[in-house]
Amino acid sequence: MTQALSIHNLTKVYKNGVTALHGIDLEVGQGDFFALLGPNGAGKSTTIGIISSLVNKTSGTVKIFGHDLDKELAAAKSCIGLVPQEFNFNQFEPLMDIMMNQAGYYGIPRRLAVERSELYLMQLGLWEKRLQVARDLSGGMKRRLMIARALVHEPRLLILDEPTAGVDIEIRQSMWAFLRELNAQGTTIILTTHYLEEAEQLCRNIAIIDNGRIVENTSMKSLLSRMDSHTLLLDLAHPLQHMPLLPGFSGRLLDDHTLEVVVSREASVSELFARLALQQIVVTSLRNKSNRLEELFIRLTGNREVAA
Amino acid sequence: MNVRAQWIAFNAILWKEILRFSRIWVQTILPPMITTLLYYVIFGKLIGKQIGEVSGFAYIDYIVPGLILMAVITNSYGNVVASFYSSKFQRSIEEMLVSPLPNYLIVLGFVGGGVARGIAVSIAVMTVTVLFTSIAFHSIWIVISVLLLTSVLFSLGGLINAIYAKSFDDITVVPTFVLTPLTYLGGVFYSVQMLPPFWQKLSLANPILYMVNAFRYGLLGVSDVNVGTAFAAIFLFIAALAWFALYLLGRGHGVRS
Repeated sequence: MTQALSIHNLTKVYKNGVTALHGIDLEVGQGDFFALLGPNGAGKSTTIGIISSLVNKTSGTVKIFGHDLDKELAAAKSCIGLVPQEFNFNQFEPLMDIMMNQAGYYGIPRRLAVERSELYLMQLGLWEKRLQVARDLSGGMKRRLMIARALVHEPRLLILDEPTAGVDIEIRQSMWAFLRELNAQGTTIILTTHYLEEAEQLCRNIAIIDNGRIVENTSMKSLLSRMDSHTLLLDLAHPLQHMPLLPGFSGRLLDDHTLEVVVSREASVSELFARLALQQIVVTSLRNKSNRLEELFIRLTGNREVAA
Repeated sequence: MNVRAQWIAFNAILWKEILRFSRIWVQTILPPMITTLLYYVIFGKLIGKQIGEVSGFAYIDYIVPGLILMAVITNSYGNVVASFYSSKFQRSIEEMLVSPLPNYLIVLGFVGGGVARGIAVSIAVMTVTVLFTSIAFHSIWIVISVLLLTSVLFSLGGLINAIYAKSFDDITVVPTFVLTPLTYLGGVFYSVQMLPPFWQKLSLANPILYMVNAFRYGLLGVSDVNVGTAFAAIFLFIAALAWFALYLLGRGHGVRS
């Protein structure tokens, strides 16, 4: 089956001499929910810019559903919906006008454009604001507007560049549900995000880019299975004076009510709880010290800044 | 994109542009009316009486074509340069760049908006004109064609300026230091026949002279230059600027990195 996105030997050298991409290869299958992660300046936005024709590539090939950007640019562009990182709509236009204009640029007849604009503004909770100008929207609403706008021509490939940045948790979760539903209906989604938990929750496959090179490209499951240990924080019911004896586990007492324990792949959480119970230590709650993907991300990108 | 889709896309840009300047008519349509009114009062009524006739016409009648065309030139240029640069500044130009719109439709859409404003302003200025003098049409077709072609030409100029512009200052440099001097020296207020031979010849290098005179011919039936030459010059400039605008957009100059 034709890949939704096929990138071969893609390079980008900017005019100032900076090489943003060193001949990357990337494949994203149809219907995938794909995470493209990397530290700031790693080359993610350049890659997305080239795919969506906002950045000129230096060399290499990019195909969208088999349409080569060099040979069938219009067909390739018709397949893509882009939700960029920065707000890129006219702040002084009403929402409905922004939607209708975007539909117009794709040659969608007016009646259909009205139907779709209404549908996506409703689905993204912006219907009440449709006659207001975009600058009056909150940050979260502006992000949702960009998603609605990207969907008005019903693209087969949706590219989301940090779609939930600055969005509160409630709206973020509703956006996740919306994106999952969209993906379930067949839209291929490529996501970059600062929130690695978001990538872990939503995406099936992942590529990590660092210094213009793909350093990892695999399934989320396979990547997470490589974790040889994870760290848990346990909140205790009663204070402890000393670190309890836990053979097979390492850890430390952070304070008299909080225990940090490293659980290796060979060990199990059940085993840990059994040992704690033997010593009559009551755990009131537990949580991961950090997101699992975040731990792997830091290892793969050489402990640099944690960012998408 | 098939022909129907392209027509829809062109209309989307065109109407967006028309709506843009219509919403802010106090800033786009009213000012040229007031400026022209002041020109008629000061140059037409007060000073014009002292000047007498030029090329057989009362001075106020002689300056009518130039004043109308000056407003058209300034506004068609200003419309496109402001709108396109604003789209770059707000990054809303990316809405078009990611879509399958061919570059020529982007050019046509913005130029269409500039022409629409040029025509709207010309009607507004003509309305002011009839308060001071009557407008006679020597050739309505020449009037309409010069209006349209001049709007197209200066809309293209505005587009190229906006493509190159990196700041709001850059969009005022050309109108201030190039457009305004060329317009004033393009025979709006005088006949080049009134100039010494050297300055007459130098004036022929000014493209605006041809437009003003062709328009004057359409209204009054007099011109300092051959009207056929004027049309040829306008077409030549339009072809050159259209090619250059498409070349710049094709390379992504100023809009793609």
